[in-house]
Amino acid sequence: MIEGFTALYIFMLAAFTGYEIIARVPSILHTPLMSGSNFIHGIVLVGAMVALGQAHSPFGLAVGFIGVLLAAGNAAGGYVVTERMLEMFKSSKED
Amino acid sequence: MGNILAWPYLGTVINASYFVTAYLFIMGLKRMSSPKTARGGILWAGAGMLVATLFSFVNPAMGQHVPAVNYVLMIIAMAVGGGLAWYSGRRVAMTSMPQMIALYNGMGGGAAACIAAVELFGAEHHQRSVLALAVLGAIIGAVSFSGSLIAFGKLQGLIRKSLRSKVLQIVNLLIFIAVVAMAISVVVAGNSDNMPLLTAFFLAALVVGILTTLPIGGADMPVVISLYNALTGLAVAFEGFVLQNAAMIIAGTVVGAAGGMLTQLMAKSMNRPLTNVLFAGFGADEGAQAVGGEGGALKPIDVTDAAVMMAFANKVIIVPGYGMAVAQAQHKVWELVQMLMDRDVTVKFAIHPVAGRMPGHMNVLLAEAGVPYDLIYDLEDINAEFATADVALVIGANDVVNPVAKTDPNSPIYGMPILNVDQAKNVIVVKRGQGTGFSGIENALFTLDNTRMLYGDGQKVASDLVAAVKEY
Repeated sequence: MIEGFTALYIFMLAAFTGYEIIARVPSILHTPLMSGSNFIHGIVLVGAMVALGQAHSPFGLAVGFIGVLLAAGNAAGGYVVTERMLEMFKSSKED
Repeated sequence: MGNILAWPYLGTVINASYFVTAYLFIMGLKRMSSPKTARGGILWAGAGMLVATLFSFVNPAMGQHVPAVNYVLMIIAMAVGGGLAWYSGRRVAMTSMPQMIALYNGMGGGAAACIAAVELFGAEHHQRSVLALAVLGAIIGAVSFSGSLIAFGKLQGLIRKSLRSKVLQIVNLLIFIAVVAMAISVVVAGNSDNMPLLTAFFLAALVVGILTTLPIGGADMPVVISLYNALTGLAVAFEGFVLQNAAMIIAGTVVGAAGGMLTQLMAKSMNRPLTNVLFAGFGADEGAQAVGGEGGALKPIDVTDAAVMMAFANKVIIVPGYGMAVAQAQHKVWELVQMLMDRDVTVKFAIHPVAGRMPGHMNVLLAEAGVPYDLIYDLEDINAEFATADVALVIGANDVVNPVAKTDPNSPIYGMPILNVDQAKNVIVVKRGQGTGFSGIENALFTLDNTRMLYGDGQKVASDLVAAVKEY
């Protein structure tokens, strides 16, 4: 179980990690990185799957279904778009 | 299926998979923060997502007996949502990237709100602290969902009007207060079987997202999208606490913090405090009035003269703006640059932090055309070099090279850092017509003594320049 102060510790350390990663990023990568972090919160998919798995009522099934649908869109779309952008970055020394 | 879900060690296996996912996400993001390793970074993060998704099919948090219909719905939803997003993400043009990010981000916020809805409307009774996090995630997720959709609609050109009035802001504030009041009453009551109240709560939160985003002008939209991106991360983290899901907590919080930081950076590079973006603003259709008057005359130049000027220069700095991308001129511009470099002209690209529709967007567009990233310079790195440049070629950029940002305290863009194009020996501005820029502000650069206007469509002008340089 994650509760109370354990949750707060995770929250604090994760927030610090996120802040540190971005703080030193050159602005040329801002758009891909925003898109990359957009992909990463697509992890909401696993929560939506659990919510749908738990659902018993027709209402729960319907909302859970929409949740999984939206979350899968977030994850898949975020991945494709980020990958397409990053694929294009290359140095003049490479080829 | 029931057998696997009853296995006592399953919880440990799931947690281990989420641990791996969290590690892959953080390492992936870290790699994405340097151009050299960025391409590998998204693969790491993608692998993390795959691991978490596969293991979540047997997450014991779903209970020991998950009906087959739930699994069927799960797979259909993943196939439809994932498939459509994958397809649209493949097809979309690079110029439309900001609105696609807004769209996918809104979907994530919506998903977080759906999780909250399932948890709140469900028969299970939660602790008050869990309820509080659930409603908080619900508000943020719902606002991010409807707000992102409006942002998408605006950038896509589906919504053109920027509604802005004091009345609207007050109404929005009242609705927001009502949302908070309803959230508190749900938490205080300690149960969540009040259907009408919860329904009103969710609908009102959606309205807040819409009303907050509608008045914001197109120029400010990237900051708003970045803000909603951070908010979605937070909503995901809060719902992660509700579901006791470490992967969601860590990933959501990392994105919340990184996104918040990114939003600050963007707002700073536009010299627009976040509160200004959200509650006032010029970047809209009607807002800006012509400041500074007409000034001197515009002096045109033809393609041949411009080509000669660049072909015999020592150093040329190219300042591309969103207009170049809209005209699809980046490939021709890169061809021009290669020809100039063959003639031993030093050529550099100068990118303003907000060139394009969001920071770094222009870099993506240039990369798409094949321009290596080491020819591209940030504002801080190149501003001192304009004084030594023979030619500055401004193509499709406007506000980011407007010297009034330094000289005229009455201008709405006063104080915004700009590229010091006006210090170059010669300035050539490629422009389609004589209108003002995205923000509708008169540009004092165009009437300077050392500035020449090269009128025409960006792509046409660039290919004419290529042909003309070839002659010499």
